[in-house]
Amino acid sequence: MDLLRLATAGSVDDGKSTLVGRLLYDTKSVLADTLDAVHRASVDKGLSTPDLSLLVDGLRSEREQGITIDVAYRYFATPNRSFVLADTPGHVQYTRNTVTGASTAQLAVLLVDARKGVLEQTRRHAAVLALLGVPRLVLAVNKVDLVGYDEAVFEAIAAEFAEHATALGYPLGSVLSIPVSALVGDNVVDRSAHTPWYAGPTLLEHLETVPVEPDPHDVPFRFPVQYVIRTNTPEFPDYRGYAGQVAAGTVRVGDEVVALPAGLRTTVARIDTPGGPLPEAEAGRSVTLVLADEIDISRGDLIAPSADAPISADEFGATVAWLSDKPLRPGARVLVKHGARTVPALVGGLSARFDEQQLLSVPDPESLALNEIGRVTIRTAEPLPVDDYALNRRTGAFLVIDPADGSTLAAGLVGAPLPELETGSGCTGGGEAATTAADLVSPGP
Amino acid sequence: MTSTQTRLDSLDRLESEAIHIFREVAGEFDRPVILFSGGKDSTVLLHLAIKAFWPAPVPFPLLHVDTGHNLAEVIEFRDRTVERHGLRLVVASVQDYIDDGRLEERADGTRNPLQTTPLLDSITGNRFDAVFGGGRRDEERARAKERIFSLRNSFGQWDPRRQRPELWNLYNGRHRPGEHVRVFPLSNWTELDVWRYIKREAIELPSIYYAHRREVFQRDGMWLTAGPWFGPRADEPVRELTVRYRTVGDGSCTGAVVSDAADIDTVIAEVSASRLTERGATRADDRMSEAAMEDRKREGYF
Repeated sequence: MDLLRLATAGSVDDGKSTLVGRLLYDTKSVLADTLDAVHRASVDKGLSTPDLSLLVDGLRSEREQGITIDVAYRYFATPNRSFVLADTPGHVQYTRNTVTGASTAQLAVLLVDARKGVLEQTRRHAAVLALLGVPRLVLAVNKVDLVGYDEAVFEAIAAEFAEHATALGYPLGSVLSIPVSALVGDNVVDRSAHTPWYAGPTLLEHLETVPVEPDPHDVPFRFPVQYVIRTNTPEFPDYRGYAGQVAAGTVRVGDEVVALPAGLRTTVARIDTPGGPLPEAEAGRSVTLVLADEIDISRGDLIAPSADAPISADEFGATVAWLSDKPLRPGARVLVKHGARTVPALVGGLSARFDEQQLLSVPDPESLALNEIGRVTIRTAEPLPVDDYALNRRTGAFLVIDPADGSTLAAGLVGAPLPELETGSGCTGGGEAATTAADLVSPGP
Repeated sequence: MTSTQTRLDSLDRLESEAIHIFREVAGEFDRPVILFSGGKDSTVLLHLAIKAFWPAPVPFPLLHVDTGHNLAEVIEFRDRTVERHGLRLVVASVQDYIDDGRLEERADGTRNPLQTTPLLDSITGNRFDAVFGGGRRDEERARAKERIFSLRNSFGQWDPRRQRPELWNLYNGRHRPGEHVRVFPLSNWTELDVWRYIKREAIELPSIYYAHRREVFQRDGMWLTAGPWFGPRADEPVRELTVRYRTVGDGSCTGAVVSDAADIDTVIAEVSASRLTERGATRADDRMSEAAMEDRKREGYF
């Protein structure tokens, strides 16, 4: 059984909480006592049918205001697949929440109201999902019951969204639109009798069968060292192993590797786990590497193939999604966390702000405010072995941290994952977008 | 060897994620501690910690907030586990606080709400800066929004509006003096994942998790064990039933369920088919109000 991580995006008005509630309800992931509480609360509110959004709106202030204010995680499973769903709210601080949910998602479900179609917010959400490299999108065209299950309405919305997604670099096969009614249950889990004109899968059928993008195997091996395990027992005399989680690629015993930033070379002698040594370890697996030579490696170093190591840079271009109420002032002194290393850094050269509505960049902004996305230059106190985010979502990502109070200021992406950010001007044509499509869909989280 | 033989399934992914979290904390914090009750979630937590640092020992101690309302089997298991793995156990005792008057017994006799003070005092007194808990997001709606690294102020309080966005697998453990971080490596596990993992790894649990004969009495629709926790009253007849516990907690408000599931396979079958969440079925303190968990988290409860 495998695992699919997905995110949802859309606003409360679009019925997103109801859709997620419906997925949980119809996959029988809601247990009797939880359901009883929802039934009781629905009756208290004077409703005749259970309000499934109550299944997911968790915090008291949300229930009172009827909005979703923070990313919530939901879990459901079918016999074929387990799902981790990051439910991201649309109204408040939408970029902050969408970026958070999208950072680990292999697929995103975007919601629109069939009566309203593709809105500004839908376009923004899709742009942020593309920026974060979410490989696949589903557009759930909700409330089709309220437009009389009209095929023409659905087709028009699906076509408009497909055009927008293509402009963002998504290949056609990676985007699917589905007509649903979360309230009634049409095409969420069970096929609807009201949409005979729709031949595609229901939402759950699609989630169950869509290929899970593999972790990036076909990219070079990357291993941030988290912790040095040392012990000296009769069974393990002078043991020294480098503990971490394979961030990309695959490592095999005997591979020639280099430890960065020092640049020392050795080979992999053993791949240890408590269950016994492995001949190889692929992306996602937590292991301990024992190396052939005693070289000085500590937490924060990166182990990579000697033949295909990243370049260590103390100055690089990056895209940041600003997540703090305190705006970015160019020249700000911050901390950057990349892999297992945290270093002092300067954020300079704010050259453009990305207008995710128009898909163009606005040159030379004075600052970046909460929820804005911009192009910057990062200068670090020590060189970091970075990859381009478009090639590797793990080793191309970093956090920007406020050294004063420790809060997370921004999500950082090495390079310019969308062409609009690279060119610094205007909307690009389909041709240029298509060249980035492969980059966007290749990495998994 | 082909890649299919090493391909990670969903339990492998959850395990690797939890081990990654343990190692991040060991690398970034000075004085971590694992909350350990002897319950199934904290036992799985400890198993993962042992795997994360193998073949070296776990580089931090365990902390048990002891309500004094324990089943003997659980304390025996706790002590044996600590002994077997050569660990250090810190006990914060609610009974001590009641004995010397720092806390007062509640009218209803339940002690879960009394755990907060001994827990926070222990965190402050031992200067623990990272506190691992076995909480899972699937347990309750308020937990669904909790981060894996959850920043707490010096009163242990959780402010849902001040939570940091959690991006990729980059955890931000920065905190100011007096603050600490609660860390939940099992955040993405479901109850069924925990049981399937217990089976796969052959993890020993306290015997009360499996069906056994026990003298119980009924209160608020739950089967409670007789003990020094105000029960049974004269109007609560004691019966012997075949039951098992789904969670370990304060004996005055943690109930057993009638069950014939006497081994891991039958427990998994029961959990798969169960129509009650484990908290709703067996924890009276979560049923008090819609927002019970959220309120207790704001107070600095687990």
